[in-house]
Amino acid sequence: MKGLKIIVLAKQVPDTRNVGKDAMKANGTVNRGALPAIFNPEDLKALEQALQLKDKYPGTTVTILTMGPGRAADIVREGLFRGADNGYLITDRKFAGSDTLATSYAISLAAKKLAPFDLILCGRQAIDGDTAQVGPQVAEKINIPQVTYAEMIDKVDKGKITIKRRLERGVETVEAPMPLLVTVHGSAPDCRSRNAKFLLKYKHAETWTEKQRDTEDYIKLHEDRPYLDIAEWTVDDLKADETYLGLTGSPTKVKRVFNVVFTAKEAKVLNESDSDIEELMKELIDNHNIG
Amino acid sequence: MNNVIVYCEIEEGSIVDVSLELLTKGKSLADQIGVQLDAIVIGSNLKDIGKEIFSYGVNQLFVADDPKLYPYQTLPHASIVSKIFEEEKPEIALFGATSIGRDLAPRIASALKCGLTADCTSLEIGDHEDKKAKKVYKNLLFQIRPAFGGNIIATIINPETKPQMATVREGVMKKEIYKIGHKGSLVELDLSKYVDEEDFVVKIIERHMEKSKVNIKNSQIIISGGYGVGSSENFNLLFKLAEVLGGEVGGSRAAVDAGYISHERQIGQTGVTVRPKLYIACGISGAVQHRAGMDQSAMIISVNRDPEAPINNIADYAIIGDVAAVLPKMIKYYKKNTK
Repeated sequence: MKGLKIIVLAKQVPDTRNVGKDAMKANGTVNRGALPAIFNPEDLKALEQALQLKDKYPGTTVTILTMGPGRAADIVREGLFRGADNGYLITDRKFAGSDTLATSYAISLAAKKLAPFDLILCGRQAIDGDTAQVGPQVAEKINIPQVTYAEMIDKVDKGKITIKRRLERGVETVEAPMPLLVTVHGSAPDCRSRNAKFLLKYKHAETWTEKQRDTEDYIKLHEDRPYLDIAEWTVDDLKADETYLGLTGSPTKVKRVFNVVFTAKEAKVLNESDSDIEELMKELIDNHNIG
Repeated sequence: MNNVIVYCEIEEGSIVDVSLELLTKGKSLADQIGVQLDAIVIGSNLKDIGKEIFSYGVNQLFVADDPKLYPYQTLPHASIVSKIFEEEKPEIALFGATSIGRDLAPRIASALKCGLTADCTSLEIGDHEDKKAKKVYKNLLFQIRPAFGGNIIATIINPETKPQMATVREGVMKKEIYKIGHKGSLVELDLSKYVDEEDFVVKIIERHMEKSKVNIKNSQIIISGGYGVGSSENFNLLFKLAEVLGGEVGGSRAAVDAGYISHERQIGQTGVTVRPKLYIACGISGAVQHRAGMDQSAMIISVNRDPEAPINNIADYAIIGDVAAVLPKMIKYYKKNTK
């Protein structure tokens, strides 16, 4: 079998999982600056699935596609360090404020620009929004089928791919034609670590914007080694219709946001003495909370 | 026209709980904006499905009944629902935030280019004034959900696009029959007009569904443990107390990650949402993600060595003490005082 052409959608997200004390400001709002920017965990698992297919089917190429501000180039580099072949950064101020529908429009245009491809892989959802919407919406916009919650991509045979899905109350194995979009579930295996060889090879991989800050030596380096270029795609590069982008292209609007502040309520404080516990249990029984 | 439509999920021939919860909520929203409640059921062997659904106040029930339509597959279901929406032009469309709903709803929202809010915990009707555009929108659906890892609660609206679509988590809304014997009309769909053969390209080869053995969601009393319980052995105390009080045992994500208790018992943002009469939180510090899954409990008792634990802020009773010492005493004095 000839190799596959795989696109991995990856998002840079603030690490919302370990929100420590300094992550909340004194006024109770989220201090985004205190949260490190990371590779969205389930997208990393999608990358691993892509790399496993690459191991299995020689000639397979893995392309990272990410969207975000300039610093999201880190996501492409991280992918290269772990075994991806190349990557693209969709970046433009005009994308700011995009909801999932506007985001999936931009990503679908970029994916079409990378066509033909066999597979688009991405995490089920990103930890900053947990919506799980962008994957299926990209699939709809490209007009290809989707298989969500993949736990394992089993095999590719005669243009069909076999995938095990993890559902709320069970598992399901499906066979689907390609091209196909697959979202990868958190129960899939973790991504391999960075590879020392790739780390050396791609250490200086940069976008055009990043290169502008470099000295002559680096610019020469990039001329000699074109694989170090991370392409940036703007609204113009994607020939995107601006009415479908950013705030204008986003049907959902945030009306208001409440920070979850720990509001103190008067709890009746007891200790572990026999008398306190007996009193409590009597009260619960009398008030029909139990019994 | 301009109705509220609920997509009802089928499992093993019956409607799943979250869909009944949505019908209950959908009826209340429909009444508030003065429209009808409709429902869609897609599956196989659905002859008697109407009886149960109509009692929730459903006016029109759209049924697509064909062996090919069960188990659920994305493309045929998306195609049917999208076409119904194009014909009916609903004001509001609701789906469960389940494996199925979260797979289906975004596909439809993309096809119809309308707004969708995932995993809502509350839905309300309200007006919205866009000051910049000097425009007032009456009777919008306020879609309320936790975001940013549960650290903020956002209210989302879709002022310009219809239907206003939302997925809603299981267990956060009440399930209540509107009227037994309520009559609605059944609309049997002519499948050839709603799906193409090409929609069946993904084949299900094997399917293995496990019946959920534990049912913490419907339990009125929940004894829940966190990392602070310290060991699987100590969790046995929770099971003993649950047995005595007639409740179920749950756990926080930290307790599940530590291997103290199985994943199906996890309560919180990434687990199930519960609203029992009594919630006893043992060795749970009370991270926002956990609280999101239990803070609607009627009464909360916390057992924690740390008097500063955030859980105490939402507790009705805070017992400052060790789980291993407190729980046996609770069992002892419950038994003593009920005799």
